[in-house]
Amino acid sequence: MKARIEIVRRPEIADPEGITVVRALHDLGFGEVTSARFDRVISLEVEGMSTEAVTARVEDMCRQLLANPVLEDFRVVIDP
Amino acid sequence: MTRVAVVVFPGTNCEHDTVHAFRSLGADAELVWHRQDTLDGFDAVVLPGGFAHGDYLRTGAIARLAPVMGPVAGMARAGRPVLGICNGFQILCEAGLLPGALIANSGLAFLCRWVEVEVISDRSVLTSLARPGQVLRIPLNSYEGNYVDPSLSGRVVMRYVDTPNGSQGGAAAVTNLDGNVVGVMPHPERGSDELLGSADGLILLEGFLASARVGAGV
Repeated sequence: MKARIEIVRRPEIADPEGITVVRALHDLGFGEVTSARFDRVISLEVEGMSTEAVTARVEDMCRQLLANPVLEDFRVVIDP
Repeated sequence: MTRVAVVVFPGTNCEHDTVHAFRSLGADAELVWHRQDTLDGFDAVVLPGGFAHGDYLRTGAIARLAPVMGPVAGMARAGRPVLGICNGFQILCEAGLLPGALIANSGLAFLCRWVEVEVISDRSVLTSLARPGQVLRIPLNSYEGNYVDPSLSGRVVMRYVDTPNGSQGGAAAVTNLDGNVVGVMPHPERGSDELLGSADGLILLEGFLASARVGAGV
């Protein structure tokens, strides 16, 4: 199965890269942009029988390694 | 003689400076490879600067899984002095031995320059010989030096006189509640000899050794 993990920086944590890109977009004339956030996507290929079991394992991977609980939230989407 | 372990991960690049600085102060500092799973016989441990595992995933995220990190956590729990410098600070945060995390500098520049830091508290193994209010000039060399701590539980023991990286509360060095685990973003070992431009970092390294000699936090 394919597991798509979206790792999103918490709203209250600053994203210096996003802030810089908003400024650059404004310089280019895209003044309508009010926010940019650099989220990350990790795609895994995982062996497993059930979507539920794979989801639980991948969520555990996020908690233990792939996401930083101080900074980030995550969402796991399984493509069987 | 006080024995200090200086841990080397793949990508660490400040280990020899750190060993040299501690040896110049009379300590027995030794390099320890990250695959080693014991720190028996050491009084204190330092995670030096660099780019462990290429900063892949997040700075410190892979390094904190190394076998040596078990004994590092054991020393932290036992109240022994544990110091993370720059990348070592990031690793201690990822390992949960210090609260918070380090993100990209607010200006998105890699900052490599001298900074002035003010000692806020002498209640940590790093600042035990320094005076609150004392200003030290030491080098900063980091891209992800911007400290964030939503829990507000980290105790800032040194802050930048003029914060260059967006760090919360101007934090340049943070300790745990017991004061025995410290993360510092600028490099005291690179400011440990007048020949390098400043010897202000010595009082921090001496304080760390003094804490190691008494065998506990402060």
